[in-house]
Amino acid sequence: MMDFLHTYGMMFLVGSWPNGQVGGFAGTLLLAGLGLGLAFPFALLIGIARTSGIRSVKTVATIWVYTFRSIPLIMIIFWAYFMLPVLTGMEIPPFSTALCAIVVYESAFLAEIIRAGLESLPRGQVEASRAIGLGYFKTLTSIQLPQALSNMIPSLLNQFVSTIKATSIVYIIGVQEATFSAQQINSIELTGTLRTYLILALFYFLLCALLSRLSKVLETHLYNRRMGVAA
Amino acid sequence: MDLSFSMLSDPELLRMLADGVATTLRLFAGAFVCGFSIALLLSAINLAPSRIVRAVIALYVEYHRNVPTVVQIMVWYFGMPEVLPQAIRLWINQGNTEFSFALIALSLNVSAYYYEDIRSGIKAIARTQIEAARAIGLGAMQALKYVVLPQAVRYAVPPIINRSLILFKDTSLAMVIGVTELTYQVKKIENATFQTFQIFVISTLIYLAICLLISALGAQVARRYPANFKS
Repeated sequence: MMDFLHTYGMMFLVGSWPNGQVGGFAGTLLLAGLGLGLAFPFALLIGIARTSGIRSVKTVATIWVYTFRSIPLIMIIFWAYFMLPVLTGMEIPPFSTALCAIVVYESAFLAEIIRAGLESLPRGQVEASRAIGLGYFKTLTSIQLPQALSNMIPSLLNQFVSTIKATSIVYIIGVQEATFSAQQINSIELTGTLRTYLILALFYFLLCALLSRLSKVLETHLYNRRMGVAA
Repeated sequence: MDLSFSMLSDPELLRMLADGVATTLRLFAGAFVCGFSIALLLSAINLAPSRIVRAVIALYVEYHRNVPTVVQIMVWYFGMPEVLPQAIRLWINQGNTEFSFALIALSLNVSAYYYEDIRSGIKAIARTQIEAARAIGLGAMQALKYVVLPQAVRYAVPPIINRSLILFKDTSLAMVIGVTELTYQVKKIENATFQTFQIFVISTLIYLAICLLISALGAQVARRYPANFKS
């Protein structure tokens, strides 16, 4: 076991870096972090559109959310793999292809979190803000979003955990990340397959359990703070 | 780019597509039934007054929630045959090996989520209600049947429907071990016809349609058991 970790530990953590691309868990975190980060601005727009009073805007946002939440990530990856080169006329590296797919996929999920955050605010907040003469956008940026976003932090962290788990499928188009490393190690070793995959599972377990715990702690903290303010 | 849907007139391709849809649905239905049964079983076992039993269940749930589903499928398909008794291995290999392991992995995975949903449904009911039920003379089982479960079901239904939708999308992950479900067949048809765009459109629409159908069924069930019964 120690021998195994000694030989392959680095491959699990960073892939073939520094001699090649960043892979392993560093690759996983990079993909999940960039994916969620880039999806956020889109999700913000879609989430706000979902609460909009304008019918057509709301409908388009709703269709976007329902569509991308109803298609498996694999299908979106295949679409990106096929469409991106056609649309851009260039060859797109696997990492960027996967990133595009994840941004589209996560934008739908994040938008729902943002919508829920906006809708969970007491109606009086918007009414009071309008009453003192702030317009729609001013109300959104200085009254609704600051409160909604800070309440959303635990959900965002949970979504990050989901994204980390979702990225494990991108190895099928050859993106270097943790599951890809495990496949590589498995084809070098040929035996002890169970051990290789259990170690992969253990890595994911520690990472995701830690982040989930953190999100729980934050949630309790935010809840107590809100109750403290209310009391 | 050739954009004719001529493939739809080829009976061989249609049969492959139908096979894929049937396998996807069988995987979904099987994992739903098995997963829900395991979750109920775990809920019953968790009542045991043993700290060790509860710790084992907690670990089971944490493992399945924090490790990506693809990795769980790989652990079962590539890893577990090393340690499973030969009798079981032979029995599984007699049938459709890939399908069986995918079914096992998906059932165990989703059971952990269902278990948590059921548990939080029961936890959402105020302790005082159980005490009141006991005080007016109901036995423990009667209190469970007439007071706890009717309410717990209402709390648990929405998250269970949500998780079932994710389960449906997760059946596409079984393609990585070669289960001939919809996504796998799509790749096969793509390789045979090169009509990538068409087959992607068709399969995306199939996924969308079934997901929306499950959502609609779920909404129906949720209407039958409305959660806001507190006045």
